[in-house]
Amino acid sequence: MKLAEVLTVLDAEKIGGRVDLRAEFSRGAAADLMSDVLTYARPDSVLLTGLIYPQVVRTAEMAGLQAIVFVRGKRPPAETVSLAKEVGIPLFSTRYTMYEACGLLYQAGLPGPGLCETFDQPGQAEE
Amino acid sequence: MTEGSSIEVSKIQELVYELRIAEVMQPEVITVMPHTSMRELKEILRLKRISGAPVIEDGKLLGIISIEDLIKALEEGAMDDLVGARMTRRVETLYSDESVIQAVNRMAHTGYGRIPVTDRSGKLVGIVTRGDIIRGTLRRLELNYREEEIQRYRARHIFQDIVSDRTSLILRYHVQSKDFAKGGSASSRIKRAIERLGGSPAIARRVGVAAYEAEMNLIIHTTSGGEMEVEIQPDQVHLVAVDDGPGIADLNQAMRAGYSTAPEWIREMGFGAGMGLLNIRNCADDMKLESSAGVGTRLEIWFRIPPPPPPAPEPSESLL
Repeated sequence: MKLAEVLTVLDAEKIGGRVDLRAEFSRGAAADLMSDVLTYARPDSVLLTGLIYPQVVRTAEMAGLQAIVFVRGKRPPAETVSLAKEVGIPLFSTRYTMYEACGLLYQAGLPGPGLCETFDQPGQAEE
Repeated sequence: MTEGSSIEVSKIQELVYELRIAEVMQPEVITVMPHTSMRELKEILRLKRISGAPVIEDGKLLGIISIEDLIKALEEGAMDDLVGARMTRRVETLYSDESVIQAVNRMAHTGYGRIPVTDRSGKLVGIVTRGDIIRGTLRRLELNYREEEIQRYRARHIFQDIVSDRTSLILRYHVQSKDFAKGGSASSRIKRAIERLGGSPAIARRVGVAAYEAEMNLIIHTTSGGEMEVEIQPDQVHLVAVDDGPGIADLNQAMRAGYSTAPEWIREMGFGAGMGLLNIRNCADDMKLESSAGVGTRLEIWFRIPPPPPPAPEPSESLL
């Protein structure tokens, strides 16, 4: 899905960073837990989150995510915007809640990563 | 205007501020003297294919004479007049150490297409036209682009250029405890280094994510920070994160999904969910974690880089 379509579906506004409306996403990811993003998000995804710390941008950079949309109309602080500009990840804000933003994108045809590998069996750790 | 092209424009704008007039001007100026006749001037302009010239006497800039002045003289049949009598006396000049933006503004303001350039002592050192500004800016753009390309090329070929029995590149970073704001800056540099050296996006991402998890662990959990050392070889990346405390009491527990000792404020920032070490193991080809409570922790991570695919075979002639 093209960035332009993501923004239309979410009625999102631009906050900062370099925007290429033709950029294409193969999947979506949504989390307020950056550890989850680092573990489960696929590269070439758009990230929806309610967190606005600069670490969100770092997480996206490391995980190879191409754009960040803040939900619930949140606006990030200046440090987040300047880091996004530095690493070239565009930031947007939508007034939809996380639930609805995800639903709208999924309905519009943007899939998620599918079933996750689980780690939760206690005692699975080795040594 | 799309965002993309406005970024290009701002890059050129930046250049126009950065570039000095001395870098774009023509240093060799064709000048005339006040006692040159308009008839002689016509020949000079024709032969040199120029549309005007500064008027100089004893190295001093007296004025400027242009093709317009020449046309007027032709109309009036005054071709035997001297340049000194028909030149424009109030001359706009620019200093050679001024920024090109000054030249752009002055041309827009006065409507002049050529402005003589002097040094700070007033000596004529060149002349600048609109064409010079455009050429100079384009030249610099191309130069910047080529330098970037050369740097990338050099980085990619470092392991072929420098020959030893075992060449490796070692990057070291100090990570401060509780410095959450800077968290990830080391990993960002590590990831970029791998990309510059020609690593695939997939390997750069795996190293980046693992390094980031390790870096955040140093920030969140250590008493006095730690060191990250990355050794890059053509066929593997080896990352070591070391700290001197407090150490992990129970390694089995630490490796369990969801087990975390991170404080509440870290969790509020979206970290400390007890997934970090597992995710590192997930990204890495190999991982070794050693720790003793009260002493410190040493985390080693290995990534193997698959050899580049062999070049595609030449299409066989016989198939034709």
